[in-house]
Amino acid sequence: MDDLAIRTERLRKEYGATVAVDDLNLAVERGEVFGFLGPNGAGKTTALKMLLGLTRPTAGTAWVLGAPAGDWRMRARVGFLPEHFRFQEWLKAAEFLEVHARLYRIPVETRRRRVGELLEMVGLSRHADKPLRDFSKGMLQRIGLAQALLNDPELVFLDEPTSGLDPLGRRLVRDIIRSLRARGVTVFLNSHLLSEIEITCDRVAFIRRGRVVQTGQLEELLIAETEVELRGVGLSPALARDLSFFGQCLHLDTDRLTLRMATEEKVPDLVAWLVAQGVRIYSVSPRRLSLEDLFLRLMEGEEAG
Amino acid sequence: MMTPFIAWLTLQEARRRKLLWVGFVLGIAFLAFYGVGFYAIYREMNPHLSSNSLQRREAFNFLVMTGLYAANFLVVMVSVLISVDTISGEIASHSIQSIVTKPLRRWEVVLGKFLGFAALIVGCVMFLVGGVVAIGWLISRYIPANLIQGMALMVLEGWIFLAVTLLGGTRLSTLANGVLAFGLFGLAFIGGWAEEIGSIMRNETAVNVGIVSSLILPTEALWKRAAYLMQPSVLSSLSLTPFASFSMPSPAMVVYALLYGLAALIAAIYLFERRDL
Repeated sequence: MDDLAIRTERLRKEYGATVAVDDLNLAVERGEVFGFLGPNGAGKTTALKMLLGLTRPTAGTAWVLGAPAGDWRMRARVGFLPEHFRFQEWLKAAEFLEVHARLYRIPVETRRRRVGELLEMVGLSRHADKPLRDFSKGMLQRIGLAQALLNDPELVFLDEPTSGLDPLGRRLVRDIIRSLRARGVTVFLNSHLLSEIEITCDRVAFIRRGRVVQTGQLEELLIAETEVELRGVGLSPALARDLSFFGQCLHLDTDRLTLRMATEEKVPDLVAWLVAQGVRIYSVSPRRLSLEDLFLRLMEGEEAG
Repeated sequence: MMTPFIAWLTLQEARRRKLLWVGFVLGIAFLAFYGVGFYAIYREMNPHLSSNSLQRREAFNFLVMTGLYAANFLVVMVSVLISVDTISGEIASHSIQSIVTKPLRRWEVVLGKFLGFAALIVGCVMFLVGGVVAIGWLISRYIPANLIQGMALMVLEGWIFLAVTLLGGTRLSTLANGVLAFGLFGLAFIGGWAEEIGSIMRNETAVNVGIVSSLILPTEALWKRAAYLMQPSVLSSLSLTPFASFSMPSPAMVVYALLYGLAALIAAIYLFERRDL
């Protein structure tokens, strides 16, 4: 058995004629914050449900923390914040955490303490005796997050954790994810909010129509391509053919050039070449691909193909 | 083993969501109306009743059985209504997701819910049937025969409805589940009367309708057996009461009903285990 936090092989889920997840292969290392990115309806939640044993795969296999996905004993080491959740609204906040701590089989001595700690962590200590039915959406999201961390999990699944949260709440989620990473907890984050992923994740997988279309270290994916915008005098369409040596020409007229290059390293060569061609250069601004650019490119590119 | 905890949680939920409170208040109202009505009739009737104990028993038996008949219907309603939303509603609201992703097995959840509600049904039968019988005794000093057996049969009837409703909840929406449960109840009810009238008229088809209906849902047969047992045998055998059964369901029917409830519970567990949530 390997030491991965999550591994899936050819995981597939069909609902009737609809294929929600198609041939999903994932390998998530222990201790990393893994972002699972895709538009709404791409199959993110379905994939996550299969990992948790909520849904049975049509085909393929999945392991979580070395156990087959859905193994009930394994779930003692896992935390989960569902996407659309309404918890038992008739419970008060502290009672709700008590109940879930009991479901996690946390011994009675530690239960009280954990409940207090987590209420504190998500900033709800003042509302410990308030029934959940009186909670706002954001407060529910916080208590849900607390619920997912009660058992000090080795792996946490967060499905759209910042939905419904105000900026303070979003920062809280980010801080919690960071502190989890610092403690070596693996975090599997489902999201379509790119800024959230960009700030918190080590590695991402882009999923589209149930398939992973790209996966890798976020840093590497983003520097893999650079767009250079250059302003100068003496540019002419005649240069276009030779410019293709440096990269893909996106825009070219007499005073402006936009070029997509595989790496920033060739920017000085480009400038030197243009100067040699008699172009007077006023500004060169390399712009790294933003996650949004990458996301749109991956999603749209596939659409066209 | 999380089953006892889930059962406890189920009872807590019933308490917190004011189910117990509303049930108790309405139960008291039911018993109050029954008591007042019984007393008024008793006062009117008593001077005209001879000291003939058979005649007296016939009259009081009728009054008590009327109350028990209504109580039986309430037990059925309660059994269905308390459990109709429990699984389907939690699936619809997704709150089930945060439970079944905990380190427990799904059957523990279904079984725990069953036991929690089953305990509530026992309480409900004791409260309503006990109340009716107590009122009857206070006013007329009449007490039905085989009370414990009768109550046990009514509890079993409630449990069967509970198991069927839990089973429906694993696959159906709350609304469809309610329609199913009460549809089955109506079917068993009408089948029961068809059998009753059919046996008086010696109409075999009508009797068969009743038999088939009690195989589809054996609850009405349980009530009939309970009603038969709780009445003085001399009255039942003379058919001096509208609650007499011309064809008292046999002990085999009770065994069938037990197996039926068990099968429904097992099916509920099986379907819930396999269901995508």
